[in-house]
Amino acid sequence: MNAFKQKQAVLQTPGGHDRPGGGLYARDRSWHPAALTPAYKTSVTRSPTRAPISFPTTLGEETGPVFTRDRLGPLDADLVHNFARSPDGAIGPRIVVQGRVLDEDGRGVPHTLVEVWQANAGGRYRHKKEGYLAPLDPDFGGCGRCLTDEAGRYEFRTIQPGPYPWPNGPNDWRPAHIHFSVFGQSWGQRLITQMYFDGDPMIWRCPIVGTIPSPEGIESLVARLDMEATIPMDARVYRFDIVLRGRRQTLFENRMEGL
Amino acid sequence: MQRIARLKESPSQTAGPYVHIGMLPNFAGIDGVFDEDLGARMIVGEAKGERITIRGRVFDGVGAALKDVLLEVWQADAQGLFPSQEGADPAFTGWGRQAADMDTGEFAFETVKPGPVPFRDGRLMAPHVSLWIVARGINLGLQTRIYFADEDEANASDPILSRIEHRDRIPTLLAEPKGDGTYRFDIRLQGENETIFFDF
Repeated sequence: MNAFKQKQAVLQTPGGHDRPGGGLYARDRSWHPAALTPAYKTSVTRSPTRAPISFPTTLGEETGPVFTRDRLGPLDADLVHNFARSPDGAIGPRIVVQGRVLDEDGRGVPHTLVEVWQANAGGRYRHKKEGYLAPLDPDFGGCGRCLTDEAGRYEFRTIQPGPYPWPNGPNDWRPAHIHFSVFGQSWGQRLITQMYFDGDPMIWRCPIVGTIPSPEGIESLVARLDMEATIPMDARVYRFDIVLRGRRQTLFENRMEGL
Repeated sequence: MQRIARLKESPSQTAGPYVHIGMLPNFAGIDGVFDEDLGARMIVGEAKGERITIRGRVFDGVGAALKDVLLEVWQADAQGLFPSQEGADPAFTGWGRQAADMDTGEFAFETVKPGPVPFRDGRLMAPHVSLWIVARGINLGLQTRIYFADEDEANASDPILSRIEHRDRIPTLLAEPKGDGTYRFDIRLQGENETIFFDF
């Protein structure tokens, strides 16, 4: 008997690994952007034409990587200073972005990694494939990361990014935005999205924003200015909550030592 | 009628062409912020099992390789255990992140061949690696699985592969062994031999 068959024999003992009712809530694909959204031109050749095949989640979808605080540096969540040679930091409107990572049941998602990236105050990204004529800021890199706390809260300090022209239509500009990558507690919750700023008139003109089918979906990516939390004479605060898929049950508590 | 107070998931947006700034800053040339790019190494000690390299490219609907794509993998260790499980190999992280080469579009994951993992009913799934693809032009990250073409017997009884109606599409999920510990896994986003993507 080979190893595969041996393991199969062990696992097929009654009751051992059957977990009815487990798994993630199904993703509402009518709420997310479709794959093919022709106004966003690059999607035309990068969108599958066949329907995705669904299956109930297994261990591989219900577990995921765990990251710990010892992997992070003291300035990782401070984009004003984490690339700066000058103690004054990057140039631009100083802001704090804070919020919670929640699941669809409204529970905070603790100890999960949140990564962000963005252009500088002039809309210029620090990337070798980028050629926009607005200058780089020698004191701004544009990347940050943090772990949520026990309640799922996170916070970044940064500068407000500028709008950015891009070769889609002949005169398309991205609204000011910050990219977010969130892990959650399982592979099936993995999400990348973008945060926009309250009151930006570019939001409603943007073909990438427009890939989201409903106005309600778009509004859920618009951060709100929070003047009560704003730090006087220092930085305005924007509030941005992120919602990941809910789970019917947890099979494992993720162990706290990470990668 | 009462409403069920459930939140909606945040809608996905494309990772865009500059995804490397946030997720692989050292690769993007942003030095000195993070000590090391996350996910660059999956083997962090004397990992058990067969060391393999999975190489490939991601092609668009006109056959051009994506040079700005970013991929992540999640898999069990050589014994079929995920890092959160008791007894999992501490020298193996299970998770990797790689960008395609900006000139050739080639990506590579240095990893171990995963052991089989149980499906929900206890049947074993064939060895596989979960793969997630994000890039400019991809609005919602694409989920697929890498199976191994030299695992005929296990693949034949795999509960996920078994539910695929169009059997002629299954080879799109099989990584081809090259005989030197390298497997080739190319992804076709659209059109002829389009890779199977999953929703779970």
